[in-house]
Order: sequence, then C-alpha cells, then structure tokens
Amino acid sequence: MANNIAGKVAIVGVAESDQIGIVPDRSVIQLHAEAAHNALSEAGLTTRDVDGIFTAGVSPMETAEYLGIVPKFMDGTAVGGSSFVIHVGHAAMAIAAGLCSVALITHGESGRSRIGIGGFPQGAQTIRGQFEAPFGLPSPVGAYAMACSRHMAQYGTTSEHLAQIAVSTRGWASLNPKAMYRDPLTIEDVLKSRMISWPFHLLDCCLVTDAGGAIVLTSLERARDLKTHPVVVLGRGESIDHSNISQMHDFTSGPAKVSGKLAFDMAGVRPDELDLAMIYDSFTYTVLMTAEDLGLCKPGEGGAFFAKGRTAPGGVFPVNTNGGGLSYTHPGMYGVFTIIESTRQLRHDYQDQGIRQVKDAKLAVAHGTGGVLSSAGTVILGRA
Amino acid sequence: MADYTKPLPMPDPLTKTFWDSVKAHAMQLQKCGDCQKFIYYPRAVCPYCGSRNLAWKPVSGRGKLYGFTINMGKHPSTAPFSADAPYVIALVELDEGPRLMTNLVGIDPDPTKIKVGMDVVVHYDDVTEQISLAKFKPV
Ligand SMILES: [Zn+2]
Repeated sequence: MANNIAGKVAIVGVAESDQIGIVPDRSVIQLHAEAAHNALSEAGLTTRDVDGIFTAGVSPMETAEYLGIVPKFMDGTAVGGSSFVIHVGHAAMAIAAGLCSVALITHGESGRSRIGIGGFPQGAQTIRGQFEAPFGLPSPVGAYAMACSRHMAQYGTTSEHLAQIAVSTRGWASLNPKAMYRDPLTIEDVLKSRMISWPFHLLDCCLVTDAGGAIVLTSLERARDLKTHPVVVLGRGESIDHSNISQMHDFTSGPAKVSGKLAFDMAGVRPDELDLAMIYDSFTYTVLMTAEDLGLCKPGEGGAFFAKGRTAPGGVFPVNTNGGGLSYTHPGMYGVFTIIESTRQLRHDYQDQGIRQVKDAKLAVAHGTGGVLSSAGTVILGRA
Repeated sequence: MADYTKPLPMPDPLTKTFWDSVKAHAMQLQKCGDCQKFIYYPRAVCPYCGSRNLAWKPVSGRGKLYGFTINMGKHPSTAPFSADAPYVIALVELDEGPRLMTNLVGIDPDPTKIKVGMDVVVHYDDVTEQISLAKFKPV
C-alpha cells in the first residue's frame, strides 16, 4: 500500500441536525451549524478546534463565517450527493499530510421546507438546456429510470427485484426512531404504488426531507484522547462518469467502479470481508447498480443480491442499516448519512438495540452517488 | 406554434450548425478527422481523442433505442410537459455511434410495446418557426 493515508485518520464525531424530516423552522445554514455543533460535541471538541472545513451546497466561505472558523485548509467540492463522502477522503489526505488537524465536514438542506435555499438556474444556452431540457425528462427521477430500463432489458432485472430493495431498507428504518417512514412495507405495496416515471413507482423513490449532517475527523493519534471510539479511514476513491445522463457511458455501470476499486485497493480489503454496506439510495436502482460496481456481486446479479431479504435486518449482508434515503431521510444530497451510520455501526453504538446493531461490525463501505449517476465517492471504514 | 410553452434550446455559435441542420430536416453531427468518431453534443474538442480536427457531416437518422422512461404524470421539474403525460423520453444510439436524448413518438407510451434495442428513425418536429427538434419513431 503505497500511500500515506490509510489507517492514519479517524472519524471522531458524527451527528444529524437537532431534528430531521420535516423541519420548517430551520434554514439551510442553521442545519449545517446544528449538525456541526452536535458532531463536535460528541468528540468533546468545539468550533475553536477546527482548522479544516469541507462543505457542499453552501460554500466554505459562508460556513466558516457562520461558525467563526478560520481554516488552514478548505474544500468546496460540490458534485451532488457524493460530495460529503468525497470530503472524507480529502480530509483524511489533508490531515495525513499535516495540512490541518481537525476537519469539519458539514451538510444541510431544506429539501422539503425550502427555507434559505439558493436557486438552480437552467439556462437555455447551457449543454443541458440545449440537448436535454427540450425533451421533458423529469429530474432527477427520469434519468435514473431511463438507466434502469437498460439494466432490465440487458439482465432481466425486474420490478420485484427493485421493490425488494425498498422493502429491506424499510425493515431497517423500522428500527430507527429518526426514520421518517417506519411502517412495514411489502413488495406488493411497492408495485401497487403510483407509477412516477416508468419503471419507477413512488416507493422506488427516495424521500424529500429537511436535514443536516456533519462529520469530524482528526489523526488517529489524537483521536485516542477524545471521547468516542475512533473509526479509521482505510481507503478512499472518487470519480465522475458524466454530467448529463445522455452522456453516461453505460446505463448499467457507473463511476462507482472507479471509486470503489480505488478505495478497496487502498484499504487492502475485499468486498466479501465487509460487515455492512451503506450505499446511496436515491432510487432503488441506484443501490442495485452501485452494489454491482463496488463488486458486492457480479454485473447483472444485483437482483439476486438483494432478493429474499438478504440485505434486510437478520439477512446475510446488511445494507443501509439506517433506513436509507428511501425511508430514513433524503434532503437532496444524502451522502453524509452513509458515513454517519457506518461510524455508529462500527462504534457499536446500537449494541443494546438487538438486531439493529450489525454484530461485531469491524469493516464497512460507505458510498455516495451524485448528479444523475454522475459522480461517486467511496470510503472504506474500520473499527480501530 | 406561437403558443409553444416548453423549454427550447438557445443555440450558441458552435451548436448553431446542428440546430440549423435539424431545422432543415437533414441532421448533421461533428465527425473527428483523427479518430473518425461522430460526436454528440457538438464540442470544441473531440471527447474520444482530444483532437480539434472536427468537421460537420450528415448522419442517417437511424438508430436503436438505448433506454427509455415514461413520464406518467405531473412532475414539478417538467411542469410545461404535464398535459402530454404519459410520454416517452428516450436515449437513441445512432448507427453512427453517438447517443441523443429525444422523445419516442408514433407508439403508445406502453412499456410492454416499447423495447430497448428496437430500431428507430428520426422524425423532425417543427415546434416553432425557429426551432425543430429531432424526435424518433419506430421503423
Ligand atoms: Zn477524435
């Protein structure tokens, strides 16, 4: 392993904003700040200790000003929902290189209540405005649905396969008091739900919520003196395949193939050694395609991988143990929550909560997807 | 045509040749003089080999359905299209290689009738006096 990162940096604090779900009395920047405060408190740190700031959606300038942080290192990589997973890798690099000592990654979105959000201009002279917008593709659902149609035609993936992912994820959500939807779900429920953009039913689609999330990292050496059990960054990877869905190279495989290989190789870990996987689930197909790209199963075998509750509570390979974007929360760029939940599982935070805790969890993959299957960030985390 | 309310492209100096060719019902795309690949959307640099040796060439207008979705109802991101639902948005792979976002027309928006891989041909839709869109229909 020729790198200076693996195993040297730890996650020492993770948190959501005070409330997640429907939070009509908080602006975007408030959600960032609440989550930041909560994650730092968990580690026994304050904003005074932070010298590295990483964020997307809101700029590092605004976040630093709001929190009173004067950073020595900053990163505003904004490539959609994968951004915050990519930031974990960047923070690990910065700390390992001695460029900052305490890195704070913040996220916050008022996806549902729309308090304090900026606009998304779609100029008619942009690439998307000229070559995609005139054809009425619902965004982002239609882009993912269109990609899924190819996987179904090529590999025989079915609506039942997709529905099983939503059902298994709901199983985990039923164990999480913070999850927005906790009632049991059946495959029939998913298939009977309203068709949004064929082949996706309503229950193939993620929630739209308000939420913030934050992550604090420092060197493993310093982490040993802090309040939480350290969770170590073992590997990281990132990539981009396209921006516009019409330019995706292969509708059945995306940038997770690159980011995943980089992360697994750096960590020296094989997919079959993992105890759990936290995989971005904007839509059921997002999880299925990503599982194949990460090598959790072979290309085309995603349907079988998720079949019969194999990834549900009590199943052989736990996936999305917080209830995911499909049932727990999804404010728009969900990636930060894959890291938060992986960290809690690896710290054994749920050990008094029965099957919610993945037994003896030592190794996890957290994966973020951004844009329309466009960008990817993968992190391999281990219990120190 | 004057009451067309859906998003329309605003051609730029480079892409104007493409939009003019669609308006003339004779689509042209850039072809790379070095790697010989056709390119879509139009660009300043070949995305396959990095060359700037690009020239406009006519294409057949024939291809295959690479993937599709059917917008079933009212979605906030496509409000101007709501009256058309259900309608088919498709990616078509031209015989010359590039893939285009388009609408599939001339067929029921029924997933049991539309097949990934089916043969399609261009159908020019003159949506306004200035702009035509290249849509596709089954052969
Ligand atoms: Zn070329």
